[in-house]
Order: sequence, then structure tokens, then C-alpha cells
Amino acid sequence: MTTAAVQERENYLNASYGIKSWLLTKDHKRIALLYLFTITLFFALGGVMASLIRIELLTPQGGLVSSETYNKLFTMHGVIMIFFFLIPSIPAVLGNFLLPLMIGARDLAFPRINLLSWYLLVVGGALALFAMFAGGVDTGWTFYTPYSTSYSNTWVIATALGIFVAGFSSILTGLNFVVTVHRMRAPGMTWFRMPLFVWAHYATALIQILGTPVLAVTLLLIFCERVFHIGIFDPALGGDPVLFQHLFWFYSHPAVYIMILPAMGVISELVSTFSRKPIFGYGFVAFSSMAIAVLGFLVWGHHLFVSTQSVYAGMVFSFLSYFVAIPSAVKVFNWTATLYKGSISFETPMLYAFGFIGLFTIGGLTGLFVASLGIDVHVTDTYFVVAHFHYIMVGGAIMGYLGGLHFWWPKITGRMYPEGWARLSALIIFLGFNLTFFPQFILGYLGMPRRYHVYSPEFQVLHVLSTAGASVLAVGYLLPLIYFTWSLRYGKVAGANPWAATGLEWKTPSPPPVHNFDEIPVVTHGAYDYSTVAGEVMQVG
Amino acid sequence: MTPLFPVQASNFAPEVDHLLFYLLAVSVCFTVVIFAAIFFFAIRYRRKAPGEVPHAVHTGIALEIAWMVIPFGLTMVMFGWGASIFFKESRPPDNAMNIYVVGKQWMWKIQHAEGQREINELHVPVGRPIRLTMTSEDVIHSFFVPAFRTKEDVVPGRYSTTWWTPTKVGKYHLFCAEYCGTKHSGMTGWIYVMEPGDYQAWLNGGRSFGSLAENGEKLFQDLACGNCHKMDGSGRCPTLVGLFGRPVQLATGQTVTADEGYIRESILQPDAKVVAGYQPLMPTFQGLVTEEGVLQLVEYIKSLTPKPGSGTTTTPAEINSETH
Repeated sequence: MTTAAVQERENYLNASYGIKSWLLTKDHKRIALLYLFTITLFFALGGVMASLIRIELLTPQGGLVSSETYNKLFTMHGVIMIFFFLIPSIPAVLGNFLLPLMIGARDLAFPRINLLSWYLLVVGGALALFAMFAGGVDTGWTFYTPYSTSYSNTWVIATALGIFVAGFSSILTGLNFVVTVHRMRAPGMTWFRMPLFVWAHYATALIQILGTPVLAVTLLLIFCERVFHIGIFDPALGGDPVLFQHLFWFYSHPAVYIMILPAMGVISELVSTFSRKPIFGYGFVAFSSMAIAVLGFLVWGHHLFVSTQSVYAGMVFSFLSYFVAIPSAVKVFNWTATLYKGSISFETPMLYAFGFIGLFTIGGLTGLFVASLGIDVHVTDTYFVVAHFHYIMVGGAIMGYLGGLHFWWPKITGRMYPEGWARLSALIIFLGFNLTFFPQFILGYLGMPRRYHVYSPEFQVLHVLSTAGASVLAVGYLLPLIYFTWSLRYGKVAGANPWAATGLEWKTPSPPPVHNFDEIPVVTHGAYDYSTVAGEVMQVG
Repeated sequence: MTPLFPVQASNFAPEVDHLLFYLLAVSVCFTVVIFAAIFFFAIRYRRKAPGEVPHAVHTGIALEIAWMVIPFGLTMVMFGWGASIFFKESRPPDNAMNIYVVGKQWMWKIQHAEGQREINELHVPVGRPIRLTMTSEDVIHSFFVPAFRTKEDVVPGRYSTTWWTPTKVGKYHLFCAEYCGTKHSGMTGWIYVMEPGDYQAWLNGGRSFGSLAENGEKLFQDLACGNCHKMDGSGRCPTLVGLFGRPVQLATGQTVTADEGYIRESILQPDAKVVAGYQPLMPTFQGLVTEEGVLQLVEYIKSLTPKPGSGTTTTPAEINSETH
């Protein structure tokens, strides 16, 4: 064992000890680990709820839990997975850890605000958990009015407050990233030498800053109507219930891009590293992130095609929605083209990248279906939509997150994960995911509405398939939890650059020293120039 | 037996399915091309020698433009085709049969113009366009008939409409598709599409409640609406004869069309749109009349308007009885 050798060199993990050195840390790398720990707990909780939902749906008559409980389960599953897992996932864990390293900085621009962001997520999460254990909330994660303001007897305010507080965590993280990218790049790190991971996070940060305040306002209005009976959304009080949907989706559609853009950034790094090629069409991939961030703000109305919104508004939103499809397609084509004449190897992160491209392609193409007015009228609020957004948010965002976690695990911990187990779990997750969600496309087109506790018996076979897939998926998610933990102690010691990758984060030891670089690097090449790592390439093979 | 594709039972169903097949064809093509390319490259260019560093391939601008323009063209077909179906769905034909729907937690209440009422069931004749005018007593619901490929939200405080022509006799699912609370999944029912003769027999067979317009007239008298809304226009409020479907000049100078939504609003929030030349004297009837009652009043007011081409009101006797 070479443990002793690793611990001799001071790094961010062994520089100080004790609970205070973690809870009061201003080191972006330690804060990233605080986030990792926090969101893993939320992911586990959201996963338990998903499992209960899937077990319940094994039979059509709804025997396992009551309708009240079922409605609370899918609501809390959505709230936890979206606001307390997916939105913080890649930016707050991998982005936090890597952004300064990738641009050659010693930390984020505002280290104290970075710590505050984590506390805000914890406080928001605690409020949501309080609501859950006090009795739960049953409005759906979408909080549609007037149900949420005038009819639901559950813990709407506490949950909304939790999301409100967590929203500030997201805003501050975005702000920190934007300022860091603008002000803290190392000498020679021009905008077009930045890794695409950084471009993706920059685009994401813009959405976090511009979109999240609208969610905060919307939740405040819910609060005002529910507590003070000020008529905003409830027609019985003189309000307009559809106004809520406009406000809610003005944030919540771009929020999908908060979840998927960072994953796209991860995939760009993985595809380049494991084919030892610069990303084909670097500029197009970088600008496609910005295009998605901007266009994402113009399409919220496609959630309202059957809401009594004007017919002409529906047409405009459908038209604009197709514009978002193009930059997403550009990324997929460029990743594929990057493989051409590459030197491709199949370590676990690359398997996740392949999985991402496959699942995101299906998720993206089915997005074309729901953007088409004629089809969406039939499939909106059915399992077709459920399948579509899980392909994007689970098949896309979580595959990207896990791929990134494997890729940078040696950098974060100084240890390698066990390759065999990791490849196996990537395969299990891919198969389990498809078995869970592909049948739901068919269910949806058949007309099975979403959020149904009891359902018509002819849908049962497809539900059973979906539940079978979910149990496979659960195994796939448990494995990394086990072997990552195992690797902390028993994993092979990782060198500074175990993948022969080109990023600046690989130019510093694993785990990195507290101040990231002993000497701030001077950048002289583009992001994916493999001539700069010729030495590592010979070592890695 | 598990079905894999829903039955087609309305005029829209084949149209939506054809568009689906186009989208499926495009999607399958792209999926096959992308997956095939990835598999081919992954095998052909797998790492063969350790320490291999391939030559960089430079960006091809023409290629980038091609794979932006071609997909964009294909998506514009999806847009145009989908929008044309949607536009048709939003324009009920003039000869459509009117049926009224009120959603509430957790049931569908349906009134036919002839007076028949049903709960969680809707009987309609095959081959006739049906127009539903819908509202909700509480939260948002959504009227979804998978076999017809149509869905429209049912929103409190306003009327929404949807229409279709059933093309196949049978019994089809009616689902509430917008989450509406505890028993959302129990807010389901059946659409019975019948041969016209069977439908007529069904209409005659039920208990008669009087037609919707007749019930509306009774309500009109009970609420003493005629005291002010005199038929000859001599009252303190505008006459309602010939009102429906006509433009109305408001005190603000705006002009609105007197449709179902306008009449509903004028009953429940009379001050919202005051007719030019009249005082805002009318009290609100919010709470005094149910959504179903409002629909009956709407149908009665509609009956005071001559049908296009007929030249007379449908119930002149009723007008006489009102004015005297």
C-alpha cells in the first residue's frame, strides 16, 4: 500500500482536520464535497420515493398506499429530485470543484458566498424535509393554482419556502461562476481556450441568475394568496390561474437547461479525453450552450398548449421551441464527429458518455414530438411527457453527472474507482433506465395520464415492465455508492493525470493542494491540444 | 391483451397519427444514423496502440451548416403540420352540436341542450361534430379522450371549448388529465358513441328535465332578470334579444363580441364590462347561481337570437311572456 506516500504531501483533504474545518471552509473543493454529501442524501431520498411509486403502480387498483400518500410521494419525488438534487448536482459539485482548477484560478471569486450557497441549500432542504415529515405536500412539483393556493390542505407554504431559499443558493452559485470566469482566468486562458465544461457552466450560470428570481417571485405570490387571500391566481378571488403557469414555466423550462447544460459540458470533456481528439467544431459547441441558454427563455408557453392560452401564442411557442432543438442537435453531431479518426478507449466515463449521447438523442427527438402542437394536445400530461423528461433529466443529466464523477474521482479523492465494477454498473444503469422509461412512451400515447394512483387495467403490462426496469436501475445506482466508498480506502492511488487529459486540473497533483496550483499556470494552447500531454499519453497507454 | 396503439375514433385521430408517423420516421432515421456512426467509429477507431495520439481533424464549416439547416427544415414541417391540426381543433364548425361540461373535484357533470344530464358519462351520436363548452367549479381539470386525440383544460372562471366528430361507434375512456387533488385518478368516465337512431332513443328515454334553454328561462324569471332586462329594450338594462354573437359597445369605448364567456362574466362580474349608455346597476350573481345554472342562462340568451337565415327568434312566445 502506498497510502503513506499519498498522505505525506499536503493537499486540500489533509491540510486541516475536524468538523469545523469542513463546516467553515472557504475552499471550493471542500464545499464541493459538502454538496456531494448533501445531494447524495437527497438523491437517495428521492430514489426511495420513486421506488415506492413504481411498486404502487405494479397493480392498477392502487392497493399499497392511499391516494393522499401517492400524491404526496410523486410531489416530494419531483421537488427533491429537481430542486435539491438535479439543479445543484453538476454545477455545485463538479462545477464548484473544477471551475477554478480548469481556468487556472486559486478559488472562486467569492469563497464566502460559495459557503453561504451551501448553507442556503441545507436550510432550504431542511424546510422541505420538515414539510415532508410534518405531513407532506400534494400539489405536484408544479404547484398549479388554484389547487395549491385555495384547495390543498397540505404543507404548501413550508415546501415553497424551502424551494425559495434553495433558489438563492442557485442564484449565488451562478453569480460566483460568472464573475470567476470573467475575472479569474489564468494568463493566456482566453475565452476560446476554455474547456467546453466551463462554457457550459457559464451558460448555466446566466440562466440561474436570470431565471431563478422569477421562481422566487412566483412562490411569494403563492404565499400571498394562500396566507393573505390576495387574489392573484384564484378566480374566486378575482385572479387568473393560467397566469401562474406562465410565471412558473418562465423559470421551470429554462431550469431544464440548468440540469442538462452542465451535463453536456461534462460529455464534451469525456468524449475528447477518451478519443484523444479536440472536440470537433469547438466554437459551435461553445456557442450552442449560449444559444440554448438564451432561446430557453423564449419557449415556456409550450407547456400551455391546452391551458386555454391563445391559439396564436401556442403557434409562436411551438415555432420557437424548434429553434432550441438545433443547438442541441449540433452538440450531438459534433460529439459523434469527434470520434472520427480518434483513438477511442472504453473506460467507464466514456461508457457514460456513450450512454448519454444515446439517451439524450432519444430524449431530444421526443422533444420534437411534444413541441408539435397536434401531437402535444394528445400526449401532454400523459406518460409520454413523463418518459420524455426522464430521458433528458435522468438519461441525460444523471448519466452526465455519474460520468463526470467517475472521470474526476481520481482528482477529487486521489484514488481510482474499481474499473470492472464501474463498467458493470454503467451497463446496468443504461439497460435499467431504458426498461423503466421506454414503455412509458407507449403508455403515454395510449392515453395513460400522469399522476394517476389508480389506472385502467389495460395499462398494467407496460407498468409492470417499467417497474421491473426501475428495480434494475436501483441496483445500478447502489453499486457506485458502494464502490466509491470502498475506493476511498482501497482504491488504487491515482497520479496527477491518470487519463492523459489536457485540462489544467490534471496539471496539479491528485488530490490538489489547498491553493490548487503551486504556481499559476500560463496557458499557451487551446483546450484540447494532445501534443501538450505527450508524456502522460506514453505513461497511460 | 395489452394494446400498443390507441383506437382511432374521431376525425382528428388519423390526422394526429399521420403526423406521429412522420415524426417517428424522422426520429428513427436520425437515431439509426447517429448510433450507427458511433458504433462504427468506436470499433474502427478503437485505441490500437498504447501512446497513440491521432491527428486533429479540423472543423468543416459546410458540415456544420448542413447539420443545422437540414434538421431545421425537417422540424419546420413538424411545426407547420402540427399547427394546422391545432388550428383546426380550435375552430369548431358552425353546425356543431353544443354540449356543456362542468368539472368539479372529482366528477364530470354534463348537460345536453335537450335537457339530459349525465355524470361521468357522455352519450353522443356518431358522425356529428360536437362542441363542448367547459368550465370548472373549483380547480383546473382537463378533458382528455385518448381515442379522439384531443384534450383541453377546464379552467375555473372561464369557458374553454373543444370539438371533435366521433367516427366510430363504441365506448371510450374519458380522463381528467390535469392533476386536481386527492381523487384525480378517479375523475374518469366513458364516452358512448352511438348510431344516430340509438342516440335519439337514448335522448327520449331519460327523465325529462326540460331543455337547457327552458331551464335557463325559469332561472331568468326566478332571479327576476327580466325586471331590468326587458325584451323591448325599455328597461334600465340592455335587452338581451338578439344579443348573442353580436358586437357590444362598452362604456370604455371598446367593442367586444357577446359570446358565452362574455355573458358568463356579465352575470358574475357585471361591473367588468358595462355597456355604453347604461349605468353599472346590476348586482353580482356570484354565489347565487351555479356554473350549471349560468350555462342554462347562456343557452336561454342564445335562444333569443335568430338562427342565421331563419329571420325569427326561436321562441317568440317566451319573449312575449317576458315583456308583459
